[in-house]
Amino acid sequence: MKQRTWSRAVLYIICILMSLFFLMPVYVMLVTSVKPLDEVTLSDMWKLPTAFDWSSYQTAFEKLAPNFLNSIYLVVPATLLSALLGALNGYVLSKWKFKGADTIFTLILFGMFIPYQSILIPLIQFLREIGLYNTIPGLVFVHVVYGIPITTLMFRNFYAAIPDEMIESAKIDGAGFLRIFRYIMLPLSITGFVVVAIWQFTNIWNEFLFAVTITTSSQQPIMVALQNLSGSQIVQWNVQMAGALLAALPTLLVYMFLGKYFVRGLLAGSVKG
Amino acid sequence: METAKAVSERSVTVVPKTQKKRKWTVDHWLALAFLSPSVVLILIFVYGFIGWTGYVSLSNWNSLVPDLSFAGLKNYIYLFHDFRFQADLRNTLVFTVLFIGVVIVLGQLLAILLDQKLRGESIFRNIFFFPMALSFVVTGVVWQWLLNPSTGVNLFFKKFGLDSKWYTDTTILGSFHLGKIEFGVPVAIVAVVIAAVWQMTGFAVAMYLAGLRAIPEEVREAARMDGATEFQIYRKIIIPMLRPITVSVIIIMAHISLKIFDLIYAMTGPGANFVTDVPGVYMFETTFRGNYYANGAAIAIIMLLSVAIFIVPYLISSRKGES
Repeated sequence: MKQRTWSRAVLYIICILMSLFFLMPVYVMLVTSVKPLDEVTLSDMWKLPTAFDWSSYQTAFEKLAPNFLNSIYLVVPATLLSALLGALNGYVLSKWKFKGADTIFTLILFGMFIPYQSILIPLIQFLREIGLYNTIPGLVFVHVVYGIPITTLMFRNFYAAIPDEMIESAKIDGAGFLRIFRYIMLPLSITGFVVVAIWQFTNIWNEFLFAVTITTSSQQPIMVALQNLSGSQIVQWNVQMAGALLAALPTLLVYMFLGKYFVRGLLAGSVKG
Repeated sequence: METAKAVSERSVTVVPKTQKKRKWTVDHWLALAFLSPSVVLILIFVYGFIGWTGYVSLSNWNSLVPDLSFAGLKNYIYLFHDFRFQADLRNTLVFTVLFIGVVIVLGQLLAILLDQKLRGESIFRNIFFFPMALSFVVTGVVWQWLLNPSTGVNLFFKKFGLDSKWYTDTTILGSFHLGKIEFGVPVAIVAVVIAAVWQMTGFAVAMYLAGLRAIPEEVREAARMDGATEFQIYRKIIIPMLRPITVSVIIIMAHISLKIFDLIYAMTGPGANFVTDVPGVYMFETTFRGNYYANGAAIAIIMLLSVAIFIVPYLISSRKGES
């Protein structure tokens, strides 16, 4: 019994030490963001501020607010559209299987893993051609298209758990493709929508490569603006940390309040079939 | 809707239940019609665009003006002789091995710890997972500050006589020459690995925890009956049972690591002597800052191939496992 208490203590100590490692950046971020500029020095990084100074938040907010809005305009329609598209695809690929459906599914799935650098040059040419280059709708379009693989995968797995008998009996009752989707699948897939929406919201909000190559200046989403904040002037670390917190806030809030679905999304995005 | 209903009703009456071969109804066509836009989009925007990038990579388009005349493998040959790209390949390899190795070991360890029914388990779990909600750009900005060559972390290391300059360091540990390129582990890459591990370990923990929870209690009970200690149960039974999860974690982490761009771009950039450069950063800079489109396309194709080596067998084997 004594040995057990000891080993328990060791477990707790390891967990606490690891937690400190994971929380260390948050502590430094918070502390730095409320320090007046003259206290922001590298050697005093760990010290608490002598006085709270919120001006870095004000500066960061003034600089990042327009980009924050851009990100909202981007993430809301892109999330909704790609979730809806994924739901329809997942429905077809799980409940209306046809010959070759699995091959098509695998072909779609591959799009999830490609490095986006390998489609970026033609993508930009294409967006210029149709006049959507350097626009938020252009970015929405890109995220909807390249969101198809993951949202389809997630909904397909989700719908696979709904028994086929339910669909069959609905068919016998005379319900068709759309009716079954509207009155059986949709009501049953609220959790699925939450999981997929959280996943897409987080990914699109945090995405950088498309954002930095497709948009410039006033059209840029928050992550690009945050990155520019560090390159543009003499590094004001307190402003940068405040900016990083602002940029991270929406996804952190989602994680805090819907963490269960967030983790489910992580797992759904990685495990197939 | 009315016709669909009528047809599906008729199909029920016309096709007897005993008949295996289902007749294609309007509903089946409707299903195809709803799927086909996505399929067309994927065919164009994934496969078509990859093809077009491949074509550009074989062209002479290395200026602002598109020039799609055929250049053969010129751009690829140039890259493999290029010091920067050679450094990129070394960095990618080193980064991938270190990153995946640490994520797997740490992920498995933390998951097993959390599986011990500790009090406050959910608090620990939330702490290990939360970096997953952050963007690589945020992670890069914060860790750039944390691992700044003259900050707190390093003051701590100095006490032990380690004068690390982290991401500004150009030292390459255990270096030896392989052709023109200096091989080994660049110190600066370790800084990026720390940040990446901080961000992604939660994912491995989530995967392993799900795996651990799926192992039936009877398995442990049976082993305990046979007199195995908890440690032996993990070493001999549980950890081997987690092997399929390790494969998945390796695949997921490898594809993230092989195409990594934002973390490094935000945190260190290419670094002095390209000690932290990776193909993703090189592709971005050479294409969109330097207008060397054909070179950029060639880098992109090499990146794609490196990912495909992992992903294609994985996709094929998991499809086989399904049917």
